[in-house]
Order: sequence, then C-alpha cells, then structure tokens
Amino acid sequence: MKFGVIVFPGSNCDHDAFYAVTSNLGQQAEFVWHDSPSLGNLDAVILPGGFSYGDYLRCGAIAKFSPVMQAVKRFAADGGLVLGICNGFQILVESGLLPGALVRNGNLKFVCREIGLRVETTNSPFTGALQRGQVLHVPIAHGEGCYVADERTLDELEREDRVAFRYVDNPNGSLRDIAGVLNRERNVLGLMPHPERASDPLMGSAEGLGVFQSMLQAAAAVTR
Amino acid sequence: MSTAAITPEVIEQHQLTPGEYQKIVDILGREPSYTELGIFSVMWSEHCSYKSSRLHLKKLPTRGKLVVQGPGENAGIIDIGGGYVIAFKIESHNHPSFIEPFQGAATGVGGILRDIFTMGARPIAVLDSLRFGRLDSRENGARNRRIVSGVVSGIAHYGNCFGVPTVGGETIFEPCYDGNPLVNVFALGICKKEDVFYAKAAGVGNPVIYVGARTGRDGIHGASMASAEFTEESKQKRPNVQVGDPFMEKLLLEACIEAMKTGAIVGIQDMGAAGLTCSTCEMGSRGEVGIEIELDRVPQRETGMTPYEIMLSESQERMLLVADKGREEEVFRVFRKWGLEAVEIGIVTNDGKLRVRQHGKIVAEIPNRELADEAPLYDRPHTSPPEVHAAPQFPQISVQDALPKLLAAPDICSKRWIWEQYDYQVRTNTLAGPERADAAILRIKETGSSVAMALDGNGRYCYLSPRDGAKLAVAECCRNLSVVGAQPVAATNCLNFGNPERPEIMAQLVEAIEGISEACTFFNTPITGGNVSLYNETLGEGIYPTPVLGIVGLMKTEAPVTMPFKNAGRSVVLLGGIGNCGEGRFGCTQFAKEIAHSLWGLPPELDMEHEKRLQAAIREIIAEGLAESAHDLSDGGLAVTLAECSFGQAGIGAQVDLDSDLRPEILCFHEGPSRVLLSTQNPKRVDEIAARHGIPAPVIGITIEKGIEIRQRSNTLGAWDIAALKKIFDNSLEQQLSTEVTHV
Repeated sequence: MKFGVIVFPGSNCDHDAFYAVTSNLGQQAEFVWHDSPSLGNLDAVILPGGFSYGDYLRCGAIAKFSPVMQAVKRFAADGGLVLGICNGFQILVESGLLPGALVRNGNLKFVCREIGLRVETTNSPFTGALQRGQVLHVPIAHGEGCYVADERTLDELEREDRVAFRYVDNPNGSLRDIAGVLNRERNVLGLMPHPERASDPLMGSAEGLGVFQSMLQAAAAVTR
Repeated sequence: MSTAAITPEVIEQHQLTPGEYQKIVDILGREPSYTELGIFSVMWSEHCSYKSSRLHLKKLPTRGKLVVQGPGENAGIIDIGGGYVIAFKIESHNHPSFIEPFQGAATGVGGILRDIFTMGARPIAVLDSLRFGRLDSRENGARNRRIVSGVVSGIAHYGNCFGVPTVGGETIFEPCYDGNPLVNVFALGICKKEDVFYAKAAGVGNPVIYVGARTGRDGIHGASMASAEFTEESKQKRPNVQVGDPFMEKLLLEACIEAMKTGAIVGIQDMGAAGLTCSTCEMGSRGEVGIEIELDRVPQRETGMTPYEIMLSESQERMLLVADKGREEEVFRVFRKWGLEAVEIGIVTNDGKLRVRQHGKIVAEIPNRELADEAPLYDRPHTSPPEVHAAPQFPQISVQDALPKLLAAPDICSKRWIWEQYDYQVRTNTLAGPERADAAILRIKETGSSVAMALDGNGRYCYLSPRDGAKLAVAECCRNLSVVGAQPVAATNCLNFGNPERPEIMAQLVEAIEGISEACTFFNTPITGGNVSLYNETLGEGIYPTPVLGIVGLMKTEAPVTMPFKNAGRSVVLLGGIGNCGEGRFGCTQFAKEIAHSLWGLPPELDMEHEKRLQAAIREIIAEGLAESAHDLSDGGLAVTLAECSFGQAGIGAQVDLDSDLRPEILCFHEGPSRVLLSTQNPKRVDEIAARHGIPAPVIGITIEKGIEIRQRSNTLGAWDIAALKKIFDNSLEQQLSTEVTHV
C-alpha cells in the first residue's frame, strides 16, 4: 500500500506520519508538496498535524487554498482514503470535506497529553480492524481542537454512524465528546488525536497503529 | 538620529566607557561615525563580548574525545557515533522576558533554535530552566503570575509551531527573581558528521546573501539592554524586545537545511543579538576576510530606516550566508520554494574590513577582527561572595505534617500545568518527557541510539557557596543522566549573575566558574558552549548566583526506567545510603525554605569521588535491568522522593524503616547528594554491584499496594494516603497561579 503525506509550509507532524506508515506499518509512503496539482498513484492520503501557513487567520483556513487540496478533493470524490490528523482535521473541515468546525480549547490553552479515545464505529476503512467500544491510548496536542457543529449536524452525524471516535474524558470541550468524524461516504476521516504518535511501543503506546492497520486492511479488500 | 554629534553623553548612553571610546578611536585612527559607534557599542556589550567573564571562562574544560566543536561557534558539537553528531547549547533571554514575557520567551526559543540549525543540525529537543518570583508574594504576586503565564505561553507558542518537542527542564520560585526572572532555553539538534556548517566567511568575491524575515526597527539595542541593570525606566524599553514568528522560522529551518544540501553554501550564521552587525563582522573575523554590504539591498519592512537602525535591528528569523560565486541561483531556488526572501547584499573582500554602504556611500568601515574579537577584556576586581549569617531554625512540625506542605511547595509540586502546554512528543522520539524520569530521553532514529538531557541549577546552594553550589549542579545533572542509564558526555552552561562591577558579585561568578571547571573536568563532561547573563539586578537587588548546567548523555534505545514504583512487594533500596547532614548543611533545603522560611549555613557536602562511583553503580544496575524504578534524591530529600515514586498510575506506595540517629526532619528532608531510590526484585544482585563500587545499598523497605509509611527504628514518623498527597502535588501550582490577590 502506498500513502501520500501532504506537506504544507508549517506542517510538522509530516515526518511522524511518514515514519508510522513506513517503519511501524511497513508500507510505502511519499511526501507530496502543497503546490502539487496532482497526487500521482496513491492508495491513501494523510494530511498531517502542524501549523500549516502558521495557522494564521484560522487553523487550516489558508491551507484549503493550496493547489494540492483540489487534488485531494478529487481523490476523495473518487473514493480514495483521506485521513486528516490534528491540523489535517482542521484543514478538512475548512475545505468542506467534513462538517463542523474546530475552535479553541475550552480552557484556551494548548494541551499535550495522553487521552482515552473510544472507538464508536467499526464501519469505516479507518476503524475496521478495531473493536467498537475499545479505548485507545493516544496523545492529543492542540490548542484548537474543540469540535463544534449545529445540533442538526450533530444529530445527523450520530444517526448516520459517522462519529468515529469520542473522548473518554473530554479534554477540550468538544460537543458530545466528539474526537473524530467521517464524511457521508465514509472514506474521509478527521480526528484531533495523534494515532501516528502511538504506533510504536517505545513511545508508550502502539494502540494508534490500529487506525493505519484498518486502512491497510481496507485497501487490501479493494485490491482483492 | 544617524547624524547626531558624538558627545560624552551619547557615548554614555551607548554604555561605553571613556576608555572604551578611546580604544575605538585608536582602532579607527579617527572619530567614529554615529553608526560606527552603535556598531561598536553592541559588539562590545557584555552580552556579545563577554568582557567581564572571558578571562575566567578560559578556565573551563572544553576538550574531550567526542568534542567536534567547542565554544566559539553558534553551538557545541559532539560525536555520537554512527556517523552522526549532535549540536546543543543553552542561552538566556532573561531581560526581554521580564519586559515582555510572551515575546521575550518566544524569541528566546527562536534564537537558540537558529543557533542549532545554523550548524546544519535539525533541532529535535528543547528544555527550559525557568526562575520566577514567588507567586504568593503580597507585593509582586500578581505580576509574577502574569510573567509565568506569559513566559510559558511564549515558549509553547514558538516551540509547538516550529515543531520541536519541549521535553523537560526545571521551574523554581524565589523572591530574588521577582524583578528579574530567568528564562534559560536549551536546544539540541542532530546531523550527519560531514554536514556540519560553520559561521565562517571565505572566498574573496563570494556573494553575501541575506535570507528570511525583513528588517524592522524592533530589538534595536537588545544586546545592550541585556547588559545593564533594570531601573524604573526599563519598562519603557518594551520596543527593544523583538517579536517572533515561529512559522517563518520553521520555513527558514527547512529552507536552510535544503540549501545546505546543494553544496553551494560556504558559511552561514543567524542574526541574533546585534543582528546584521554581529553576523557580518563575526563571519568575516572567523574567516579572516572582509565583508562589504549595501544597505539599500537589505529587505526592510519599514521605510526611512537609518544605517544605524538597520545594522542594530534584532528583527527575528533572519540568516546571513556566503555562497559559492556562480552558484547563487541554486541557493535562491530553494528559498523561493519555501516562499522566503533571499537577496545578495554584498561580497566577501580581502581587506579584513566590515564596509557598510548606503546609497553607495560608505557609512561604516571597521576592521572585523578588532570589532569582533578584540573587545575590551576586564579583570574585574573580585573579593569574596557575600556571607550569610542566619542561625539554624527548626520549627515544631512533625514529619507527618511537613511532607504535604513540601509537596505543595512551588519548587517541588508537579509542573504539569506548564508542560502540558508544550508539545513534548512531536517528531515521535520522546522516550521520556516531562516528569517521567530524572532526565529527558530522546531516541535518535538515524543511529538507533538515544540521548538523555538534564538541566540543573540551585540558586540557594550557590548563594551559600558559589563554588560548591556549582559543583553540586554538575554532579546532580550527571546523576540525573546516570539514573536513566546514560553516560554523561558533554555540557553547556548558562551563567546568570548580578552586576559584575560589584566585587562580591564578581567573586560569585569567578568561584562558580572555577567550581564548574573542577566538576566538569572530574566528571569528564567538557563544556562545549554556553552563555553568560550578567547585570541580573533590579533596583540594586541582585539575584542569587544561578549557574545552570545542561548536560547530555548517551545510551542505548530501550524502554526507559521511570520514577514510579511498578509493583508491590519489591525491595526499596536507598543506593548511596541515608548519608549524613549536620544542622549547618540543612539551611539550604526546601524544608528550610518552605517551613523554616530561612536560609543558613552551607550547601550539602559533596564527595565527588563517591558521587562518581555511585553514578557508575546505578548505570550498571540499570544496564542489567535490575531496577523497576529509579529516582535520585534532590529537592525535599528522601520523603519527597518516596512520595514522587508513589505517584505512578499503579498507585503503588512503600513502607520504609530507617536505621539512623539523625533527628527526624533532617533524616527525611536533608538534600545530601549521591543518593538514588530504586525498587528491585533482586536486592542481592544490586548490593553486589554497589559493593563492587564501594557504595552502600541498604534495603530500607518494601513497596506496598496502598499508602506511604516512614519509620525510624520502628517508630512511625508519618503515614499517608497516596491519593491525598498526589492531589496536593498535582494541583498546587495551578491553585497558586489562579489565586486572585486578596491581600489588602
């Protein structure tokens, strides 16, 4: 399987995502520069964490205008797997690929800590290898990770089983404890926690690797 | 401004003495222009020239078989094997952080990061040593709390966005830092041995290229500001503090590292203190060449800037580099890719002079070497450090009641409120981040080995004896590394002192440097660079002498041995033994500070020979996998260490019985060095190893499912519920920070 890791100016978890899917998952990956008009031959795309364009104006608000985002949208429309982590989630939301918005944490402070992340659905290519109700220990590291949306959208997300992950102990004020959401077609996932930082036992937890293993499993099913 | 006449008042405003001015006239063979005076004043400031400390800094050991680059460059470099080197240094940003806490601390991080990547190394870790005034001060508490939150969010803002993990450090609160907080930032980076770059200009005719942010009027005279005491007027110096843009710095990092790979770069230096002035003359001086620049070509974000302002600006996120003639385009292409400005502003010449033109006319012409390396050198008079004459005090308090008080003390309590605001994991190398083990540990993916880092300093110890306090700091730093199984290999230091023109302060500086020198020689940790910050005084009140050591150690990559007890039923071993401590050595402890509210006597006694053997023993114990947990005894002594080891997720505590004649509070809270608390399944093997090193390793108790109990010869001194103690430890800092001033 071949992953593409998008690099925006200011991305800083790009190497971490690359390392997780290559060294920890054992798959191929390449970096894709933000001004690339096309993606080439990829099985999945990761929008990594960081501070794209300094996160000036609003997190992800400038990145959505990057040429590569047009390619990512086409890729998603064709059914390609797109995973947005942290800043990547913010960019997906700003780009309209996912509903809702991410605003400043309830306590207005950046927070880096390991949290419990509950798997809410296994009906997605990102969670297929996990168990419903399973709690993953993965870190968060963000200042603007409070997920908000109007009631109707939240109801719809729940009705359509599109809340992929919830926080066990809500660290940022996210509505209904939401930590990660899927698009309607279920091939785009955005989440604030960092599964790529919990993909190696040496880092204290390898429970995040399940997200990438799910993607691998899903990609293998398609090829078959 | 640029045409102002040079009067004695103008010279004094530039903090130059009449003697220094005469030296300038001698070097130039004429009176300087106003611009030239400004250039000399920053290069010859204490901050840039080390004129008071240079003579004594020569005493520090700087060589070792792993040292690739010692002091004199932007950072020190050591060989870690496998074809890789690490670059590291610590630097202060004390004065700006008092005037404007957020930007002062942020640009402190930015400055040290540039020092690292200027050498070609990608920064992979930051640690901070922070010192503030007391949060509960009636008079200054509100201001101190504001400084703490400003500094912490400034560090978080810069480091998090740049993408470097902030993995450890220390935070101390003392009244002497009320008007003069200390913000010392350590950074470490990695690169291939053959990819190291130096800040040296070479090749007559080669282009001098300016890259990064545009030059504005911010930070003018920052270096001189850092070289004077604070007065009431200092608050008006806010415009002298620079403003940081971590996003720009991140781009600059990636672009510089990519540009270095082209092979077209000859030398590179960041523009930090004294900006364009320092980078041009230092690169020229190191390469024994001249540099000529045209200011009209310098990218500027304001109009009408004078040569004086452009040369002295300390705008952030700028670099100066010299490229191979004919290969400029390769360099420009990389910077264009990253959306950064790169402009040829001058050339390397053969006359050894810094020549600055504006609109084609020469506005400054100064020999590089004299400017950069022949600053005045002072052998300032030093008498002896101030003596402390307070008598020992032992308030009536039980060990039972004293421990919770100490766990709530700001120096001891958890600093989670601070470090959770830092991304300590980005780049996925952090094996041990804040408060996990005695040192921060990062794996080096490229070599398969790991590097451990610790920062230590103790102003109270150094105030009582600068020489012994400095030695204790080196010893503790090395011990922290050894406790995680790392071999200490090299050091950097940040010397924070008061006004060196006062003989007793100068004596503190001299003694501390000699102490560091002795200990670093003994522990075989050469100093590869660092920083001196003097004039840390406000309204005539000096800080405690505060040398801060940053030491790095090497180890293999494996799951680290952390502080907390993991299982019940394990033997608790006090490696190094209970130790001894007379009343006169107890006055510097946290007990004396928080409970007796006093400071007396001398710092704990250090036997360096014994300490070295203890460190060898603990490294061997760790290497054999015998320790399930390990934590050295420092602030708060044995009782505090026992509590900290009981705060793990497993909730395992300990019951210990101490065979000693010491009075209970001394027994439980003395801070004698050379001691490590560990838990093990195999005390016999631990004892064998310890005995071979001549170190006592008494089993003092056993780990238990619930609670902590300390006995002295079967008499219970205290018994505590872990959850209750942990709650105090975890919440104390946040409570102190959120306390509104209710005193009237």
